[in-house]
Order: sequence, then C-alpha cells, then structure tokens
Amino acid sequence: MAVPKLQQLSKSVVQGPSLATGAIPTRDWMDIPVVFKSGNYAYPAKKDKVEYLNKQSGLHFPNAREWSPEDEDWKLPEGWQEIILKGLKERLEKFRSLKIFMDCCVRCGACADKCHFFLGTGDPKNMPVLRAELLRSVYRNDFTLAGKILGKMAGAREMTVAVLKEWFMYSYQCTECRRCSVFCPYGIDTAEVTMMIRELLHLVGIGINWILEPASNSNRTGNHMGLQPHTFKDNVEFLVDDVENLTGVKPNISFNRKGAEILFITPSADVFAEPGLYTAMGYMILFEAIGLDYTWSTYASEGGNFGLFTNNETMKKLNAKMYAEAKRLGVKYIIGGECGHMWRVVHQYMDTMNGPADFLEIPKSPITGTVFDNAASTKMVHISEFTADLIKNSKIKLDKSRNSHVKATFHDSCNTSRAMGLLDEPRYILDHVVDWVEMPENTIREQTFCCGSGTGLNTDEIMELRMRAGLPRANAVKYVHEKHGVNMLSCVCAIDRATLTSLMNYWNPEVGVCGLSELVANAIVQEGETRGELDEGLRTML
Amino acid sequence: MKYAFSFLAVIALILIAWLGSQIPGMPYLFGVALPYLALMIFLGGSVYRVVQWAKSPVPFPIQTTCGQGKSLDFIKQNKLEAPSTNAEVVARMFLEIVTFRSLFRNTKSEIYDGPHITYESSKWLWVFALIFHYSFLSIVVRHMRLFLDPVPAWIGWWEFIDGIFEVGAPTWYMSDVGLVAGCLLLFGRRLITRHVRYISLMNDYFPLVLIFAVAVSGILMRFFLRTDIDIVNIKQLTVGLVSLSPTIGAQIGPIFYIHVFLVCVLLAYFPFSKLMHFAGVFLSPTRNLKNNSRAVRHENPWNPRILPHSYAGYEDEFREFMVDAGIPVEKELSPAKDE
Repeated sequence: MAVPKLQQLSKSVVQGPSLATGAIPTRDWMDIPVVFKSGNYAYPAKKDKVEYLNKQSGLHFPNAREWSPEDEDWKLPEGWQEIILKGLKERLEKFRSLKIFMDCCVRCGACADKCHFFLGTGDPKNMPVLRAELLRSVYRNDFTLAGKILGKMAGAREMTVAVLKEWFMYSYQCTECRRCSVFCPYGIDTAEVTMMIRELLHLVGIGINWILEPASNSNRTGNHMGLQPHTFKDNVEFLVDDVENLTGVKPNISFNRKGAEILFITPSADVFAEPGLYTAMGYMILFEAIGLDYTWSTYASEGGNFGLFTNNETMKKLNAKMYAEAKRLGVKYIIGGECGHMWRVVHQYMDTMNGPADFLEIPKSPITGTVFDNAASTKMVHISEFTADLIKNSKIKLDKSRNSHVKATFHDSCNTSRAMGLLDEPRYILDHVVDWVEMPENTIREQTFCCGSGTGLNTDEIMELRMRAGLPRANAVKYVHEKHGVNMLSCVCAIDRATLTSLMNYWNPEVGVCGLSELVANAIVQEGETRGELDEGLRTML
Repeated sequence: MKYAFSFLAVIALILIAWLGSQIPGMPYLFGVALPYLALMIFLGGSVYRVVQWAKSPVPFPIQTTCGQGKSLDFIKQNKLEAPSTNAEVVARMFLEIVTFRSLFRNTKSEIYDGPHITYESSKWLWVFALIFHYSFLSIVVRHMRLFLDPVPAWIGWWEFIDGIFEVGAPTWYMSDVGLVAGCLLLFGRRLITRHVRYISLMNDYFPLVLIFAVAVSGILMRFFLRTDIDIVNIKQLTVGLVSLSPTIGAQIGPIFYIHVFLVCVLLAYFPFSKLMHFAGVFLSPTRNLKNNSRAVRHENPWNPRILPHSYAGYEDEFREFMVDAGIPVEKELSPAKDE
C-alpha cells in the first residue's frame, strides 16, 4: 500500500475531515458502517498459522480459513453470536476490570484527545471512549437492565456482523498504550477493552497475520522471527565479531549454558535487524566489561510476547518458556533486555501466570552486591535497573565524549512507563553517557505517546495508519530536533527501535533511533581495548 | 434530540408528582411509600452492583503507573502515582476521589498547520466536576438536618460555612448555586465540546436534567414558594420516615412532592446507571493496586494450567542443528539412523 507523500499527509491531518480538528460527523456513530479497503486493515492470519496454534495444548484458535476483511462474507462459524456473547459473559466473570470499565464510564470525554490514533486519524471511533462503546453497547444490550428495556435509547445495540467488523477495525487501531487510562477519572483502561475484544474475535477465527505468525514462531522456535537455534547463534556471533573489530575486545558469550549465574533474555529483533543490532552489541560490551557470568538461550530466545496481543492463554504459554529455561539451566535469576510490552508481561503478568519462581534466587548484582528487592518474587531485573546500579557504584568506566556525535532525546515506551513506572533509571543512565534533552512535558514519562505501531501493528500494509498514529510522537521529536538539534531518539523498546525508525524516516529523516544500551556501550571504556576514533560509535563502518 | 428527550422525561415526572399529589390519599404515596421504595432500590441496587463487581476476581495486577515506580535506592519513587504499599494506595485513592487528580491532569490538544500539535492544560472539566460534586455532597449533608432530631451540631457548622457569604434571606447556600451552576456547566459542555457532544447518550443528559430539576425545585421551595410549605409538617414527615412511623399532618404544597418525587426517581435510577461510578471508582484495578507486582506475587484464582512448548520437544525438532552449531543438548544424537 502506497504511503501518501509527507506533504499530502501533513495537510490531511490538519485539514481532512477529522473530529480532532473540528469536523463533526452528521450521523450518529452507530449508523456509520466500517468500510475495509486496501491499506486500512492488517492482513488476516494465514490458515496454517491458525491451525498450528489451535493444535497447541491450552490454546484455542478455531475457524482457520482463508478470508479477507474486504469480503462481504467473513465465513464466521455457525452460531457465532452465541459464541461471542458467551465469551463476553465468561470474561465479565473472570475480569473485574472489564465489568467496572463497562459500567463506570460517564463519557466525560477526558480521554478523547489523548489517543494517538484519534489525533492522527480524527476518526471518532478512535476516541478511547468510543472504542470502548463499541463493546459497551453490546454489553448494555445483553447484560444490563436499562439496555434490555430501553434498547438503543440507552445506547444499546445488538451483536451483528456489522458490529463485529467494527470491532475488528478498531481493536486493531489501538496499541494498548494505556495513555487514556492516565487521564480517566476512573482509570478506565482501553487496553483491557481492546484485549477483550481481540480475545472475543479470536473465538470466531478473526485475527491478523502479523500477530499470529510471530506467536506461532515464538512457540516453535523460541523467537518471533522464527530463527532456528543455529541461526540465532550465528546472528549473535556475527555481532561478537563486529564488536571485536570495533573495540578490540571480543565479548565472551555462550548459549544454553547450564550453571551460568544469569539468563539473559531480550527481544529477538535485537539480534536480527538494525538498529536493534547495536543495542545487542551494547549488551555484550557491557556484560564483557563487568565480566558477567551469563548465558543466552535459543529456546527462550524471545523477550517479546505476541500472546499479549491475542489472548491471556497464549501470553501465558509463550511466557512460560522464560521460567522453564531458567529452571533447566539452573541459573540464579534472569536479566531482561530493552523491550516495552515484554516488560509489561514480566512486571504485571509473569509471576502470576507462571510463578512462583521459587527455584530462582532474589536477584543480586554480582558486581555491586545490590539486591533488587523490587524483583524479589519475579526474579527478573530490567537491564536499565541493572546498568543504573553499575553506574551509581562506579563499576563501569564511561567516557561521555565518545557519544559527542549524538544529541539524544528519550522516548518512554508505553509499557515501561505506564505499566511499570520505569522512568528515571533510563534518564539516570542517559545523564552519564550522553548529552540529551527531554521532549515537551505532555509527551514524556507517564504521558508518553506511543510509536503508533505497538501490539503487533508494525506491519507494512497499514503504513499510512502507522504514520498517522505515530504523528504525536514524531511531532514532539521534531520539536526538539528543531530547537536543540536532536539527532537521535533513544528508547528502551525493541518494537520502538523498528517502528520509530520508519516513523522518523517519514516525519523527521534527520533523526536516528537507538537503544539505550547502544549509547552506554558507545561510552564504555574497557580494559584492553584497542578502539580507534569511532565517529559514530558502534555504527562506525570500518 | 437526546437532550430534548431528557427534558421531556423530567417534565413528565414533574407533572406526575404535581397532579398526582393533589389527588386525595395520594400524598401518602408520594410522601411515604415512594421514598421508602426508592431508598430500598437505591441501597439494594447499589449493594447488588458492588457485590456483582466484587464477585469477579482481579486476575492480573494491571495498575497504571503515573510516576516513577519503586526500584533502586537512589531513584526517587513517586509514592502517590506508583504506590507500593497499602498506605500509598490509600493516599492515591483518597486524592483521586477527593480531588479528582486524574482530571486535574487533563490537557486539550490542538492540531495546527505544519502539522504542529500542542497540548495545553485544560482544567475546565476538573473545575466543573468539583463544583458539581461538592455542591451535591454539601446539599446531601445539609439535608440530614431533616432526618435527625436533635440536629447534630456539626451540621449547623456545615450550614454556616456553606452559607458564609450571608447573601439574601433566607441565606443562599453556595452549594445551591453550585449545584445549579454545575449542572448547567456540565450540560453546556456536553453540547458545546464537539467530541463530548458526539459521544453523549441520553444516559448522560438525563441525570443532569434530573438533578438540575431537583435543585431548582428545592430552591423554589426554600426561597420562593416558602409560604406554601409547612416546615414543621415536613420535618415531622421526614423524621417520621426515619423512625418508621411517618405521618403527614396538614397539607403540604405540591412543590414539596415534586421535589421528593424527583429525588426518588434519582435514587431509583442510580444503581442502573453510570451514576454507579461513585462506587466503581473505589474498585478500579488500574488505580487501587500496588505497583509491587515483581516484589510480591499476585494470585489469579482461575490461573489455567498451560505449559510451554517443551524444551524436550524443541530439542527433538532441532537437535541436529544444535549439535552441529555446538549448542549444548540434553540428549546426544542417536547413532546414524537406518533409512
């Protein structure tokens, strides 16, 4: 799908028919049907991927088939309405959040212009409140007294194919970033609503390939890229060679090594593509500099969790590999690399789903002796926490001038900021390794804007949507680029490293994207190093 | 259309009470039976709703952190926005409920040519909501005087503060003005703010119109139709209601019945509507959970038993490659298989 030219889109977001800029639709939202056309939907999941997932124990992905959102007939299973309503009832009984969020919204509109999808598309149904109403209207109709009696007058409507199509459209125009939940007076979290809608859609065989294929890859090969063990190892070793060429020090690495002190897990994208590769090199340089006794795993070679974007069962199944591998290898605890949604799963779900991890020890830095009490039960430490502690205790030698080619800013990823509270550790690190500035205050920390392509939406066929949804983030970067000459957008998220790169190429081509650990490694002074002048740090071509 | 219908509904309610209360024998219905019924529906309904919510578990700790979480000693935790202890959660919830902290954060975004997006602080909704809710609270508290005999001293103090400007006779309370203004402001905002207007349902307009009518009927009774009303008779009735021995003495003017009937409708409407947010806010998992989910395990009562694709299965599929690549394996390759 061709992406519109920058000028065209720049004009369109301001002047196009957009509720965000003033155009008020004349028809009630319930009367406006969704229209699928090339470019406004992500491709449906391939039949064999759905079949594969459906065969895995504990997972349920029925109704595998060839279909297209553009078709009139979506080939829904017999009795699909009952399946959806029964699924909704079950979820109301399983998740208090869903019940509360269905019942408590007063439609005050505080969330409306907080959503990056709404700001970029101006589509009223991308206001978080309306996205929730898509489900809430059906909930009212079948689960509340007022809705049963008053029907449409009370905002209720029947579950129809048109509603189902609307759900598909808008639950895949939400990245579960939770920015709206910061502003909601009742803490209503659209991520919960989107998750529930996506779970319900999977019950009747509606899902997208960019999520289900990585999920099945993660299940089979251990990582979402589908890298088999030898390939994964090759990729990492390739980076080892690069590091040696650049710094003169060859990082010592191992795979699936029993008896290592620490298991290190990061998103597989870090060993697969730029600019994540430099982040992975960063990890290796850091660990080498402090002599950490750690191992990579090919079996648990994915930090990210595409299950989070499908249903809680898949999330649990994929995540379970982390503890399983930690137990098999007999490590003491786990360090996790830079990733947003991976850390949402680790911080808020892992221990509950797959713990207690009583076979691991409370994480203690072997270098500084610091005990990470905040991870006492989960036994998994974020690389930024680990690194900040090293810096605080002066255990790594840093030369900030080695990053003099960089003027950085920092993008808080949605999940680490709003589902974890990891805000100042990365900033502490940045202060010590690079010259950097903050973006404007309503676009950072807990108010950070999503890259626009999270939760499995970083697929090329919806590039225009992604560029629109990423506009608020890109716009804040543009501001610091113009005002302070920022040329690097740093982050602690693998999806960001991929998606922000596309976003910057489109909106701010002079700004690059990097992981925080790349900047750390750029600045590290190692013993025995023979590095020359690296004008561009780890990115220098030799 | 939606708001017009809300007005019509409330006007109909007023007419029912006005005309109905004039029929002999009916004052007992409007003054005694309906208030009891409405109160029972309100209490029973609210408890039922809260119990229904509480019946569903909170399977995962999904707190929304709006500040720095507890981590390393030298990283300053934001205890209010990312609480890690019960006391901190209580403080967060207290400020949320008493000061509408999340609304205080509200911003308004504008998109200009460029494109250039701005986010300005926008406190209007916060101010309107505070005016509305605190006036409502104050009026409820002041009305306690009608149901208690003797009247506790603190209600007198409350009234004194509420009427501290001593304007008019009888004194106008700030909360009287506040509630009417709050209704008008919130209603006006629904009509004027484009995106709020687009999302508003009848369920949003109706309670505002109803509460507005309650407030206006109360004000009319206190300031303008006062001569019609026998305050002693009303107090006798209301105290009688509380002591379960209600009596209606001499005739009470229709404005009283209109006021009471509208309040009854509001009470009965409460549990079936969005007004339940007054209870729901306490149970919202994104706000009332501790952000200590890595330090202390959160239990999910329905945690399904789902195992990962096993390592053994993984190694079986890739053993040859792994051995070739020098990756350690659990089971060595079996000696050359026969074809």
